[in-house]
Amino acid sequence: MRHLVILGGGTAGTMAANKLRRRLDRRQWQMTVVDQDDVHVYQPGLLFIPFGAYRPEDVVRPRRRFLPHGVALVLGEIDRVDPAAHTVALTDGRRLAYDYLVIATGTSPRPDQTAGMLGPQWRRSIFDFYTLDGATALATALRDFGGGRLVVHIVDMPIKCPVAPLEFAFLAEAYFRHRGMRDRVELVYATPLPGAFTKPIASAQLGSMLAERKIAVESDFMVEHIDPDAKTLVSYDEREIPFDLLVTVPLNMGADWVARSGLNDELNYVPVDKHTQLAKGHDDIFALGDAANIPTSKAGSVAHFSVDVFVDNFLAYIDGQAMTGSFDGHANCFVESGDGQGLLIDFNYDTEPLPGTYPLPVAGPFRLLNQSRLNHWGKLAFRWLYWHLLLPGRPIPLPARMSMAGKRRPDPRPDKE
Amino acid sequence: MPVTTVGTTAVHVDAEGFLTDYDEWDEQLGADLAARIGIDLTDAHWRAIRFLRTDYVEQGETATLRRVSMLAGIPIKDLFTLFPGKPAKKMAYIAGLPKPHGCV
Repeated sequence: MRHLVILGGGTAGTMAANKLRRRLDRRQWQMTVVDQDDVHVYQPGLLFIPFGAYRPEDVVRPRRRFLPHGVALVLGEIDRVDPAAHTVALTDGRRLAYDYLVIATGTSPRPDQTAGMLGPQWRRSIFDFYTLDGATALATALRDFGGGRLVVHIVDMPIKCPVAPLEFAFLAEAYFRHRGMRDRVELVYATPLPGAFTKPIASAQLGSMLAERKIAVESDFMVEHIDPDAKTLVSYDEREIPFDLLVTVPLNMGADWVARSGLNDELNYVPVDKHTQLAKGHDDIFALGDAANIPTSKAGSVAHFSVDVFVDNFLAYIDGQAMTGSFDGHANCFVESGDGQGLLIDFNYDTEPLPGTYPLPVAGPFRLLNQSRLNHWGKLAFRWLYWHLLLPGRPIPLPARMSMAGKRRPDPRPDKE
Repeated sequence: MPVTTVGTTAVHVDAEGFLTDYDEWDEQLGADLAARIGIDLTDAHWRAIRFLRTDYVEQGETATLRRVSMLAGIPIKDLFTLFPGKPAKKMAYIAGLPKPHGCV
């Protein structure tokens, strides 16, 4: 009997467990998923909680419900993996031996990594929205906000769902406008990037959407510390941004146990081959989803497409064959822009988000990099799709490999910054 | 790829002037590139640049500020002083490496 251990029962781990359980012989393969709790959060939904559009109970389900018969769920905190002994140690002393290991413990916001963030202003005037507690607390703070300067802020890249802070800014602008108090709120978007987004064409489009909404952009802003008394962000190059309300995206890091196991890069992500997800320097460890260091967005769509490629590769690999599938870094994200509108972006390692259309039978085509009502409805419909099709690993008519169909490259602009 | 002349050497660069061929770089070229953006390289600068060059060979990607800071032991604050404004971009430019993809 061989044993496959999957660390993490989130998006990537759950999908991989479901798809592999169907394909691995039950007489030969035992499967275990390890997670620290039995609460699966639909993370794309966290964005809507601060604005009262979703309630906390709309985005949580038990993890157990999405794991198939024949996969054991072990609840416990991971202490470390010993790659030489092929074992996983839990902090309560339990030990699991594996033949193959899949690391899918994701990435987490780390407010402790920026001086002054977890001080007296944390959850008073400083909030995050990537956790259920943070998003819920922020809903109250936004409701009670009487006006002043609201700063939306990113500590450093990479972050999970890199469009979410932009979406938050767009939704906040609409939220205050609908409440008739937009003129009393100054909105600032502070980012370590040179513009609104990482890639030039999308950055120009999203940047002009910020400008239209009178959201000021403070670019190349790398925070050094937060002064909680002065309620001010201070950058390494000594720029200061005062705030009345700060919505920050703390530094994102992989799990601490990854570092304790010596499997980490400088942000605790697992270095892997970017096409097969096999951990560098190991022949029995893979990393999927946000936990891996692949140079594409940390997003559920990436987890989805890469798991599709991984499953076929894994089945070949355990039979001693070459892995012929090659993940292309495909990401596909809806971007809420407020007022019931949204954008869709579709890209991979080599092709940045481009305008055009995204073909999809029946529901599509969706407009790429341009606002439409259909994109907004697509984003909302996705929650159903997530629980009912995506996590259970049922077929979804979205090809893993990015396609150029419908995309067009705009004329090159003279200003590239 | 366009070709440009830095000092007395012809090198291949991308549209923004970043070298595209790792092996066309040497330390004299690095000093010339630094001079073009108004930086006079001291030992402290060289520590960062040499780390970037070595790390690129191992990783296949240009190191981020955080990586330089943690692995070469140079505080981020110092990198902002040494390469004012946009340290990650300036270091990559001088080291003859691709612009770090601000990640995605």
